[in-house]
Amino acid sequence: MTHLIQGETGDWEVVIGLEVHAQAITKSKLFSGAPTTFGAGPNENVSLVDAAMPGMLPVINEMAIEQAVRTGLGLRAAINKYSVFERKNYFYADLPQGYQISQYQHPVVGEGTVTLDLADGSTRDVGIERLHLEQDAGKSIHDQDPKRSMIDLNRAGVVLMEIVSKPDIRSPEEAGAYLRKLRAILRYLGTCDGNMEEGSMRADVNVSVRPKGADELRTRVEVKNVNSVRFVMQAIEVEAERQVGVWEDGGEVVQETRLFDPNKGETRAMRTKEFAHDYRYFPDPDLLPVRFDDDFIERIKATLPELPDEKKNRFINDMGLSAYDAGVLVADRETATYFEEAADGRDAKTVANWLTTNLFGALNKLGKDIGESPVSAGHLGELVGLIKDETISTKIAKDVFEEMLKTSKAPGDIVEEKGLKQITDTGAIEAIVDQVIADNPDQAADVRGGNDKAIGWFVGQVMKASQGKANPGQVNGLLRSKLLG
Amino acid sequence: MSLTKDDVRKIAFLARIRVPDERLEPLAGELNNIVGWVEQLGEVNTDGVAPMTSVVETETPMREDVVTDGGVQDKVLANAPDGEGAFYGVPKVVE
Repeated sequence: MTHLIQGETGDWEVVIGLEVHAQAITKSKLFSGAPTTFGAGPNENVSLVDAAMPGMLPVINEMAIEQAVRTGLGLRAAINKYSVFERKNYFYADLPQGYQISQYQHPVVGEGTVTLDLADGSTRDVGIERLHLEQDAGKSIHDQDPKRSMIDLNRAGVVLMEIVSKPDIRSPEEAGAYLRKLRAILRYLGTCDGNMEEGSMRADVNVSVRPKGADELRTRVEVKNVNSVRFVMQAIEVEAERQVGVWEDGGEVVQETRLFDPNKGETRAMRTKEFAHDYRYFPDPDLLPVRFDDDFIERIKATLPELPDEKKNRFINDMGLSAYDAGVLVADRETATYFEEAADGRDAKTVANWLTTNLFGALNKLGKDIGESPVSAGHLGELVGLIKDETISTKIAKDVFEEMLKTSKAPGDIVEEKGLKQITDTGAIEAIVDQVIADNPDQAADVRGGNDKAIGWFVGQVMKASQGKANPGQVNGLLRSKLLG
Repeated sequence: MSLTKDDVRKIAFLARIRVPDERLEPLAGELNNIVGWVEQLGEVNTDGVAPMTSVVETETPMREDVVTDGGVQDKVLANAPDGEGAFYGVPKVVE
């Protein structure tokens, strides 16, 4: 799936790398015992360590290391048993220390892989360069006062995992697929809730372009803090177009940081701060290097859940689903769990069909997610069971399903209450067939006269007369033998 | 390695320390003395010696992931000169 931009001088290819900041799920912060809960009052979740009061010392939260290692394992990455926290020095009002404690030369996690599930059912691997731990900064609020910015340090010191991809991504669609897959992996692992609206997952996008077929990497531009999958895709689109324009006009793309403005659909250069990139990293003298042993890694490995890729393979190989359906079902852990519960002891393919078409469609209309579904997994499975054992026809099943959406009742009860059980008794169906033929002598003559197609009309009439309960296969057979036989 | 007046100006800016122009030259001299003194360490052969990370050979102490702090708004904001409500107030930063 190549994505090319048509310029005036020829086709251009886009080269994309993503830096994702994922907030690790921990109760307390990276270096202090203050809570990480979302939505607390301003500066409530702040300790003297987070506020960088003189003399305060950071102490590492063991869970942060554990979450980073767990994520690294989920990304099939190298785990570094020795890693170092360094100070990244820069001056900003929401960074009270004057430096961010981060990892630079020795990150806790090294190279790994994320497998993308693309829209056509194919897959593609994107390399992970590294994952390192760092502190989040506080939040600046600029619109409260004309002359001042307000600072809330609740986020300051919260655990971030910065996950850096290799420049392996080649289109906005792949960038979207990468983010969705990464989010799914983090959610399966329980290391980040992946909530982009609340800011627990943010992306910086590195974009460059090059003439189609070229091997070189040209100057890249970093688009900062894009906070939804859709915006990431749009930002890449417009930034790549802009760069093609610059090169083709004989100009040169400069390495800079830009912001994406979703309202205007453009990127613009951030006010360049002098010396902004002179971070003067050095090992934090307040913190010793982090060391752990193989046992620590093994202990975490033993608690890993089945991850999306493994689940997808099992759905394809053991349950007979298509790669596309399997990809859709594992994209989200709740959906996968729902499916497995519904498909337990049932025909998996039929369950997958009902889930991806009927249930997803209905939930979409209701504006609910799968966790709030009025139809439970057990009930959906039961419905498929009723179709398979011919208690009801697929057509009736759709009515039953509508009723389930409204009432959350079990399908068996609905069928019972409304008397929707399929009529498979040949005698009963035959009686209806005979009646319909007797009532419509002209049409019957038409069929007998050679108009085979009109038999469909008869099937419809019989189904109607039986209130949809007659088995359509049997109806068809009986009509054929009576009218044509 | 030798620091120039401009290097000192840049370092001072990055550290947000105000240094009057006439102090830059003398500071460069003082810093060069310090750097030169430290550079003597380069004369020692350290091939094959791992960098020392601490004078005490000890494991990193780690905390259990429990909430033991926070909820001290008054203390955290006690020295804020220009606060508003429970926020710190700072000169406007616009990007």
